[in-house]
Amino acid sequence: MQWGSASEFFAMGGYGLYVWTSFVATALCMGWEVLALWRRRAAARAEQHAALLGGTDETTA
Amino acid sequence: MSMDINWLKYSSPQAFYPLAGRLIPWFACVAVVLMGVGLYMGFFVAPTDFQQGEAYRIIFVHVPAAWMSMFLYVVMAVWAGIGMGLNARLSFMMAQAIAPTGAMFTFLALLTGAMWGKPTWGAWWVWDARLTSELILLFQYAGVMLLRTSIDDVRRADRASAVFALVGVVNVPIIYFSVQWWNTLHQGASVSMATGSKMASTMLTAMLLMTLAFWLYSIAVILARVRCVMIERESLPVWNEKPIVIQETVEAR
Repeated sequence: MQWGSASEFFAMGGYGLYVWTSFVATALCMGWEVLALWRRRAAARAEQHAALLGGTDETTA
Repeated sequence: MSMDINWLKYSSPQAFYPLAGRLIPWFACVAVVLMGVGLYMGFFVAPTDFQQGEAYRIIFVHVPAAWMSMFLYVVMAVWAGIGMGLNARLSFMMAQAIAPTGAMFTFLALLTGAMWGKPTWGAWWVWDARLTSELILLFQYAGVMLLRTSIDDVRRADRASAVFALVGVVNVPIIYFSVQWWNTLHQGASVSMATGSKMASTMLTAMLLMTLAFWLYSIAVILARVRCVMIERESLPVWNEKPIVIQETVEAR
């Protein structure tokens, strides 16, 4: 291992800003995608339930 | 053969929906584990690069993201082509589900590339062949998605975005070979089929682990999205409901 301390690790030999921006941006994008899919699924299922159990059902109108 | 599986069975949304649902947790779990191991190797095992210092560690997200951006475009185009050829609903849904993840990885490849370019080249962006063709790929993903949302009729939207995706596939080999065909500021391939790897073996292992992790992540989110698309498209998909809900429905009518 090449890191003497935690601060050395976060400094990334002076390239910390570039390295951590890359990794954090990637993590945020992936996290956001998973969250967005979670919400999309919930919304789709809610609409489906509403359609199944009457409510605003266009097919019976 | 006794283990013969009727794969054609899964080409119907009714059969594919529960199958995808069962597969998602597996792909997601393995992706998380591989990402953990890959990050550990990338930051704690792989040595410092003798030329680029620690800045090179961006490679562990940049290259997997760039590979996924190209690979997912080809897979999207293949599903679009199958959809056109066989007039298969599920194929078009797969193409639709792939586009946002592909676009996200293209964006990440460009962003992490800028983060790597600034300390090594002194510029966030240059108009060289590799970077420009990758930027065009982002516009192609955007085009495929915008075309879909701008056409109300689902069948026409499917076909229009499929044609757009298929035409644009020519850009993928251009991106891939751009560093050989043109004199680019972007460095050449670190890993090639012909010459093998130019990297230290621990660096290569970390990069390949991250690539595999991104690949499995992509499968998980794409399967999750295609399930959403299935619910959204089928007007009343009773088949994916729990028996109790179906019973309630019948009683309610």
